Amino acid sequence: MKQKRNILPTLTCITVLLLLVILLENISSFIPGLPQIFQPTSPLFTVLKKAAVYSLVAVSMNLLNGFTGLFSLGQAGFMLLGAYTYAILTVPASEKAQVYYLFGGCAFDFSLVDMFEGIFGTSGFGAALSMVLACLIALILAGCVAGFFAYLIGIPVLRLKSDYLAIATLGFAEILRAIFQWQKLGPVTNGANMIKGFPTFSSFNITDASGNVLLRLSTFVPFLISSLCIIVIVLLINSSYGRAFKSIRDDEIAAEAMGVSLFKHKMLSFVISSFFAGVGGALFAMYVANAQAKAFTSVMTYEILLIVVIGGIGSVSGSVLATFLYVACSEWWLRFLDSEQYIGGFKVPLLRNGFRMVVFSVVIMVIVLFFSQGIMGNREINIGALLKKRSVKTDKAERKE
Amino acid sequence: MANALHLENVTMQFGGVVSVNNLTLDVPEHKIIALIGPNGAGKTTAFNCITGVYQPTNGLIEFMGKPMVRNHPSGKAAKAYKGENADKYISEPVLSPTPDQITGLGIARTFQNIRLWKSMTVFENVLIAKHLRAKQNVFSATFRGNLAEENRMREETMELLAEQGLDGYKDELAVSLPYGLQRRLEIARALATDPTLLLLDEPAAGMNPQETAELADFVRDIRKKYDLTVFLIEHHMDLVMNISDYIYVIDFGSEIAQGKPEEVQNNQQVIEAYLGISEEEAV
Repeated sequence: MKQKRNILPTLTCITVLLLLVILLENISSFIPGLPQIFQPTSPLFTVLKKAAVYSLVAVSMNLLNGFTGLFSLGQAGFMLLGAYTYAILTVPASEKAQVYYLFGGCAFDFSLVDMFEGIFGTSGFGAALSMVLACLIALILAGCVAGFFAYLIGIPVLRLKSDYLAIATLGFAEILRAIFQWQKLGPVTNGANMIKGFPTFSSFNITDASGNVLLRLSTFVPFLISSLCIIVIVLLINSSYGRAFKSIRDDEIAAEAMGVSLFKHKMLSFVISSFFAGVGGALFAMYVANAQAKAFTSVMTYEILLIVVIGGIGSVSGSVLATFLYVACSEWWLRFLDSEQYIGGFKVPLLRNGFRMVVFSVVIMVIVLFFSQGIMGNREINIGALLKKRSVKTDKAERKE
Repeated sequence: MANALHLENVTMQFGGVVSVNNLTLDVPEHKIIALIGPNGAGKTTAFNCITGVYQPTNGLIEFMGKPMVRNHPSGKAAKAYKGENADKYISEPVLSPTPDQITGLGIARTFQNIRLWKSMTVFENVLIAKHLRAKQNVFSATFRGNLAEENRMREETMELLAEQGLDGYKDELAVSLPYGLQRRLEIARALATDPTLLLLDEPAAGMNPQETAELADFVRDIRKKYDLTVFLIEHHMDLVMNISDYIYVIDFGSEIAQGKPEEVQNNQQVIEAYLGISEEEAV
């Protein structure tokens, strides 16, 4: 009952947000002379894109760690699977010789982009349509591959509990990274080198024939995909299965005694979480415009875990909020800590390359020590309730007058 | 009368300790049967064997006439095995269903130390137990393909809460309820899985005489209303003598007596097990 009332305002808010994103990234082309921050090259858009991608991964990790109570650290591994699946499937055949030049070309010449261009044509609208379709299908397949591997690894690993599960999944992610860098697999994974040349976020910008951008969508696309995926995760969490996940988190023995199959539900949660981590990995590849195993280290998993902890374990809106704060701090607001600063003639001490991470560590310690619940705890931002409160307030104000 | 539950030569051995020794008992349908015994007698272990939390070392458990759990000592356990009938079930296949499968067959239980889902409301606690019988898969549940099913679950949960007099507390956290109501909620949650056999593990633990008396009526009511068979462990002799149709007494894992309440009450062995033997008599 409570949910139904909230669906409409929540969806409206998300739509408005998405429209705002489109407006924000195009405003500089309509109104000239805006400050640097609104230009397409501003760090604002880097932050927004990266945060959109990371928020999906953080929410997927929260589904596992916060809602099912499985402490898993394999997120980077599943992102890697997603990123490579996406990259390998969408690099056009014409680019492959160049990308895989060390290995004398790719082992297979298939590309989703080429396949759809064969159907819809290679120029104008046909090309755009085939690119979008290819990306969508590649994203879904990226998730499926990650989910499939999660299923395989889940059979032995999900028998483990807490720390042991974390160690096993972390090990799995590291092994995957090593395998993808293996030279023998070069014709498929390009060894330790990066795969590039596939459609990225900026490929979604609408351009005219000569390549001038008419409408920027490069920030909108990650927002759209992430929010769709997060909506699905929220729907799952609020369904009967989501409640079963939470019962496992709260008390495994009671859950089992009430007929919740532990193995089945843990597996479901693990596979679904990995699916979205895979999609997130593919989006990450689009964001950095390359896919390279080196990027998906355990540090990335810790980063995401940190976001989940800061946001509140067991809160989707907390995770999203924390992602934007974290990414903004690490990529933008706290950047100044990494370079020498002068105030007047005074050189600020301590500031040098790497100092940002020191500050971060302190922030984390403070959060863990004093705000172990994170920003949101396990509550959610309830847009319906917020609007209601607002209207109650205005009602009261009107009555006073 | 047919047996809802039948235990045969059930032995549970942990390392060198035999917690349940060669226990054989019958729980006839639609009756209230009690299992009593002093502390550490192995009552809860017997329950855990029935509900699949433990796999018994040896023995057979039948539910509704069909073998449900069956095991015989093998490998290391066979060498260390101290119980009887080690070879009785050796030729038959081992059956060891998981607790959720056993709940699926129609056995629901409550716990000695209440195990409610702490972060969830009273309503959610019962609603989750409905998940077992929900006719929806993960896709139809996520994309709300079967709203009728979801609504049915919610309505049935409300009905169940209303019947148990818990509807006034539905949006409160389960742990914020008073102790007696938490017990009642645990029973309501067990009922939500549509059981035919209800196992109650010390339902009156920590209750005052007033609450215990209410509980006796409550158990009788639900047995009638849901056509249940009830099998309970209890320490409160008043309650046991009041509601049971038949009583099994165990001590140190083995059965020492069985019979109707009045028979057990006057059984010398039972009195000794509970009160101890006076030194003069022992000498």
